[in-house]
Amino acid sequence: MKRIALLGMPNTGKSTLFNRMTGGAARVGNWPGITVELLTGKILLGANMVEIIDLPGIYDLHGFSEDEQVVRHFLHDNVPDLALIVLNATQIERQLSLLLQLKQLNLNMVVLLNMADEAKKFGITIDSAKMSESLGIPIFQMSAKYGTGYPEALHAATRALRYPTPRMAEQLRAQLEQDDHIESEMARVLQHSVQVPARMPDNLTTRLDQLMLHPWLGLPIFFGIMYLLFQGIFLFGQPLQAGVNTAFGWLREAAVAPLFSGLPPTLQGLLLDGVYNGVATVAAFVPIIVLFFLFMAIVEDTGYLSRAAFLMDALMAKMGLDGRSFVMLLMGFGCNVPALMGTRVMRSRSLRMLSMLVIPFSLCSARLQVFVFVSAALFSPQAAPLALFSLYLFSFAAAIVTALLFKGQFPNNEPFVLELPPYRFPTGRQMVMRGWHEVTHFLRRATQFIVAGVVLVWLLTHLPASATPAGSDTFAGIIGGWLHPLFAPIGITPELTIALIFGFVAKEIVIGSLAVIYGLSGEALSGALAQQLDWVQAYSFMLFTLIYTPCLSAIATLRSESRNMGFTLFAIGWSLVLAWAVSFTFYQGARWLGY
Amino acid sequence: MSAAEPLPPTVTLASLHPGDAATLAAIHTDDALYQRLLALGFRSGKLVQVIRRASFGGPLQVRIGTTDILLRRAEAEKITVQQP
Repeated sequence: MKRIALLGMPNTGKSTLFNRMTGGAARVGNWPGITVELLTGKILLGANMVEIIDLPGIYDLHGFSEDEQVVRHFLHDNVPDLALIVLNATQIERQLSLLLQLKQLNLNMVVLLNMADEAKKFGITIDSAKMSESLGIPIFQMSAKYGTGYPEALHAATRALRYPTPRMAEQLRAQLEQDDHIESEMARVLQHSVQVPARMPDNLTTRLDQLMLHPWLGLPIFFGIMYLLFQGIFLFGQPLQAGVNTAFGWLREAAVAPLFSGLPPTLQGLLLDGVYNGVATVAAFVPIIVLFFLFMAIVEDTGYLSRAAFLMDALMAKMGLDGRSFVMLLMGFGCNVPALMGTRVMRSRSLRMLSMLVIPFSLCSARLQVFVFVSAALFSPQAAPLALFSLYLFSFAAAIVTALLFKGQFPNNEPFVLELPPYRFPTGRQMVMRGWHEVTHFLRRATQFIVAGVVLVWLLTHLPASATPAGSDTFAGIIGGWLHPLFAPIGITPELTIALIFGFVAKEIVIGSLAVIYGLSGEALSGALAQQLDWVQAYSFMLFTLIYTPCLSAIATLRSESRNMGFTLFAIGWSLVLAWAVSFTFYQGARWLGY
Repeated sequence: MSAAEPLPPTVTLASLHPGDAATLAAIHTDDALYQRLLALGFRSGKLVQVIRRASFGGPLQVRIGTTDILLRRAEAEKITVQQP
């Protein structure tokens, strides 16, 4: 099968083009370095199936960061039959240097000047025919986001695929040492084909940034935006979640319970109170997940992440981190796994390790489910969103404390140089794709971990057969009893302890386990929790859930990204110690104050 | 790293104030950062404009052509410019 590789600088729209070509759901965002690994998809082009490969962005072929090495190794080991070079038309003046470097590799290539719509708005005119002539490469202007110029580009790619695949030069780097030559070549090409206005027009980005990056208002605005986002998720998401839960409860009585009525009581209990209750409770969070990722998609796509990096870099520098580490913490709010992988854009290993040590404290969407449920059950409707927001602040605080304590072990002097892209807005299609992608991701996790988890919880809380269900003589009760001396000082009951043990696998299981342990779901479960716990215990439980151990997928990622088992074990151990210390301080402090 | 010897009067990029524009003279960094800066459009002779500086000694936002770049003051001190 022939292979087409998408190559270009970071944040030029390669993944957007990839999604357009393959109908795939590569994660896109207005952030240089959102793609850090290879993605492939197959499409029918002309009469042949071809494989499309989306590569991480590279600034030049000399790059030293891990994501750039991925690309260099790829090009060296598998010469693509065609390279689609994606350049940002707005920045053609500088991005041409990468094209000229790539040209030296004698690849079979077609150049796509992407974001042609944006370039036009900036008053940049490009004569692609003239440019094509002076470089001897087919060049097309297009917009991968809106699809203009796409059919022509695809047609050109189909034609170019007929040429034989070139061979890669042996000494890839040695060829690239003459940059002086590139500079004069750039001037020659640009002179005749590109016109850029002397001064950038005063556009929306400039005006928005005067406010968003204001010396004093910038940070308060940032926290204000975060507060509104999480408030919004709680206000819209919680009723939706409760509604879906009620619907699942109705479905159980109306259809599922009668269906299983012929089965023996134990099996019936396992299926209904175990699998159905557990999975339904977790599945009720789908609307919150969708809502959350729609908000995240907007934040990522607008380019606000780079603004956050600008605002926070000075503070992060004091913790031995940089603005990009902060952006990864924000991305971690979605899921810690891609955030951990996102650190590949950092060149210094120490900086990467320190960033990876703090990212697991980022309050991911799985933990969000636990907190939405528990805070809605234990706090008044006015106080619950505040409780949730305070947990986000604790999430930052845990990261800050960790970085301050361990920055001495991970010293680095990595330079901080980052592109600030203009504000952009996602299309409706992009947002739907993102929402859909997250739902399927969530359901995949649900089928992998959550079903197995809740079945195991049910067995632990119902075996041995002689024990009273969920009583102290079941296996779960016995384990809870052992751990009680450790968890009693932080106000966590044996039932919650069992849920926490399973939360180690995936945080989504925590609420599912509680549903199984109590044999209740939805509002009945909230009621049971409210009866058994007071708000101090509940908050202590949430603090512990927030900080203790990354989930299994995050641990696996920590291990594979750091390639260091000792570091991974340290990250787990430290988070357990910190979680206990924070919960202990909070719980005992609140009790001492008389709450 | 850079070819041209800076001609007086040169100052560092870090010493410019928001709104100031100057011509890029030379880059004195290690090779890896030098390559990255080249790719971002830092080439001698180019016009560079300081847009703003972050509070608490944070990074600078500079504009070269149509690209806006954030860089720390420590990095900006390694870049010399000529003011008109």
